[in-house]
Amino acid sequence: MGEANPADGAVDTFPKLLIDNARRIGARPAIREKDLGIWQAWTWQQVKDEVAAMAAGLKMYGFERGDSLAIVGDNRPQLYWAMTAAQALGGKPVPMYQDAVAEEMQYVLEHAEASFAIVEDQEQTDKLLEVMDRCPKLKEIVYKDPRGMRHYDQPFVRSLDSLMEAGRKFLAENPGWFEAEAAKGKGEDIAIMLYTSGTTGRPKGVMLSFDNVVITARNGVAWDKLDENDEVMAYLPMAWVGDNIFSYGQSYVAGFCVSCPESSDTVMLDLKEIGPTYFFAPPRVFENILTQVSIRMEDASKLNQWLYKKFMDVALRVGPNVLDGKQVSFLDRALYALGEFLVYGPLKNELGFSRFRLAYTAGEAIGPDIFDFFRSLGVNIKQLYGSTEASVFICMQKNGDIKPDTVGPPATDVELKIADNGEVLFRSPGVFVAYYKNDEATKSTKTDDGWVMTGDAGFFDADGHLKIIDRAKDVGKLNDGTMFAPKYLENKLKFFPFITEAVAFGHERDYAAAFINIDLEAVGNWAERRGLAYSGYTDLSMRDEVYDLVAECVDKVNKDLSEDAALSGSQIKRFLILHKLLDADDGELTRTRKVRRSTVAERYGELINALYSGVDVCPVEATVTFEDGRTGTIKADVKIREAKIFPSQQAQAAE
Amino acid sequence: MAYERNIGDTILSVDQISLSFGGVKALSNISFAVREHEVFAIIGPNGAGKSSMLNCINGFYHPQEGTITFKGNTRRQVRPSEAARQGIARTFQNIALFNGMSTLDNIMTGRNTKMNKGIFWQALRFGPAEKEEMEHRAVVERVIDFLEIEAIRKTAVGTLPYGLQKRVELGRALAAEPDLLLLDEPMAGMNLEEKQDMCRFILDVNDEFGTTIVLIEHDMGVVMDISDRVVVLDYGKKLAEGTPDEVRTNQDVIDAYLGVSHDDEEA
Repeated sequence: MGEANPADGAVDTFPKLLIDNARRIGARPAIREKDLGIWQAWTWQQVKDEVAAMAAGLKMYGFERGDSLAIVGDNRPQLYWAMTAAQALGGKPVPMYQDAVAEEMQYVLEHAEASFAIVEDQEQTDKLLEVMDRCPKLKEIVYKDPRGMRHYDQPFVRSLDSLMEAGRKFLAENPGWFEAEAAKGKGEDIAIMLYTSGTTGRPKGVMLSFDNVVITARNGVAWDKLDENDEVMAYLPMAWVGDNIFSYGQSYVAGFCVSCPESSDTVMLDLKEIGPTYFFAPPRVFENILTQVSIRMEDASKLNQWLYKKFMDVALRVGPNVLDGKQVSFLDRALYALGEFLVYGPLKNELGFSRFRLAYTAGEAIGPDIFDFFRSLGVNIKQLYGSTEASVFICMQKNGDIKPDTVGPPATDVELKIADNGEVLFRSPGVFVAYYKNDEATKSTKTDDGWVMTGDAGFFDADGHLKIIDRAKDVGKLNDGTMFAPKYLENKLKFFPFITEAVAFGHERDYAAAFINIDLEAVGNWAERRGLAYSGYTDLSMRDEVYDLVAECVDKVNKDLSEDAALSGSQIKRFLILHKLLDADDGELTRTRKVRRSTVAERYGELINALYSGVDVCPVEATVTFEDGRTGTIKADVKIREAKIFPSQQAQAAE
Repeated sequence: MAYERNIGDTILSVDQISLSFGGVKALSNISFAVREHEVFAIIGPNGAGKSSMLNCINGFYHPQEGTITFKGNTRRQVRPSEAARQGIARTFQNIALFNGMSTLDNIMTGRNTKMNKGIFWQALRFGPAEKEEMEHRAVVERVIDFLEIEAIRKTAVGTLPYGLQKRVELGRALAAEPDLLLLDEPMAGMNLEEKQDMCRFILDVNDEFGTTIVLIEHDMGVVMDISDRVVVLDYGKKLAEGTPDEVRTNQDVIDAYLGVSHDDEEA
């Protein structure tokens, strides 16, 4: 942030930050969007004008202080502006998951008592109209994209353009209105309400104050020395706290430019064009990129394959050390430099990673292979641990002090402690105000003196890094008393490119067992190369060859587990490949793609029983929900396989 | 969402068309009229003469008898390029794209009839030709946005799945900004989801741009859902014409096309 800003102390809300940015760096780009194939940019000054017009328009159509504004759509500049506009008016923006079905939206709309909704397009408008009669408070729907909307004659449906036009007229007559409105906001006001996707029960509305988000964003900016020259790509759901910090909070604080992709399908292409310097992605995205690279390398010429293999070996050996500034021999350095020229550079350029200063991953454990792959290429990927209730940052790794299996030391101003049951507790400036209209949940999560229970089990390693093993409530015991951490097993399985999802069972059982979802793309490609014909996921998942492939992965996991004294007993004895992909539309995953254990256990009870009986085949039927909301059933005979169990090897494992 | 559509006057009228190839009578004495902003379907069993009819309309075949009047111009013989210039664009039953070219370039070819600068300027891509190309590119980008194919803008068309190729082909036809769009089995070989997408695009084209659409389609569900009027051909003869409901209940049509059924069964 360079020079000290005398007004800094008072700049405690996003509308004030916007006004401040417009004044200080008004001519710099604030946000970009690719429209009709061309990147369009708005400067901070322009953003301020747009936000002011939107705020005035909202006010003219009856948006009051304290009202909630629902925001639904892909990452679009106008939707980010809507957040600031609502905040300037003293309202609560409520970004919602754009791929949620109408019923899910209804719950949030109703619970948040949203009176206005600003949505991206016809699709989202239709969803809101469908549930509008069950959301009595909702009185206006404003759409951004007019396509297909010309025949909507409901008086409460209007275009964002017309709303902003009205706002501009109002502003012309009332100059200074926006600044005066913004000045009414205070740091302790509610800045935003984010509904957690909720692995259990109904989503909860997490209320974060300006202080929460702004201070946390400032700490993050200082930690990683971000400034207005950084570039970020906004492609993760706006309803997710991470996007709110990375693409909104930190952008306003540091003044860097955020780019919105053309569509959700073009993210990888847009990434290449923009070349961000600061990037966030859940492990899944990095995993997909690695899978893609591997698949494309298999199709490359022999020479390229050879080069790739040779230089990736070099990179894996010396890359992470080069990145961490550790000592590397001259020969290795020279080889690595040659590799950078021949392989790593072009590859990073192809992926859009050329300008990365740092990249974060969080949400789940990342596979050590994936982590090492990117770090060896010179991509400074780091892990962080966070939650909505903390305004993201709880722990984050420091440059030069990176380990693949920890989430790093506590972030700035964050206090951490581990409860007796292993649960991680934290206290920080980012701690949420409360859950909206749910005091009971607030009380059971946050103590009176501000400690928040994360629900995650973990411990500190020798260097003071936090290591998360599982959800505290999910850590169980096998009948013989061995500790059973399902997530730990699942993650180990998911680290294989062929396995996209896994669900482990074992609590109060005799042994551990698992459901597996294969990765259709990776396994499909593998099958094609072997001339194995298949008609779709279900067919492929039932092939013996595929079972053999997965069995190899499970065996490797068991081998790994056998080397760890505490976990050796929880090796996976039996597994099966599910006949359908677990899907958020069927309620089996959350919208952030975490497994809902209870739903899975309920729906696949027969299969679980089969895992714990001697049978080899279990006939099943599953309900699937199609994208249009209809349902159908899949029938299949699911096979069950035994995996190799390795004797406990703790004696040899000690290095 | 019921609303009044702005159906105008007749834009295309086909009068007593007969077409034969040697001894084979492909079409005999066919007449119908298509009104502006209408979605008009031609249906019939295989070999009924549907594609021949489209080929007559866009000037690929020249009927031996009868006239075709488009936007007030009556003509006996017209070359396809002239038809295109008059504002008729079409897609094909078997996809006819340039496989090695990108989606963008393929759709750009749809602008061909509107490009005025000579090959010399275009080859240099300089001055007026550059300005012209930018204008055309802007139209093409709107089509790409409309059909939601941004992600494949630069992908070679030959590597795309069938459903997307069909969409690119529609894009190329749309790039010509036609008044009349001829679609030859736009949904053949598609899965349900692709069909739904395509239906939505056809209706959106009709709605957003006011384009008149004449389509041939085998999927009766689709035809009945999206068409304003339907003409039924069988062995080169017109069997019936009317709204989907009228056609559906027409006994001749049921016998010839939908299979013999004398109940009031709903399809």
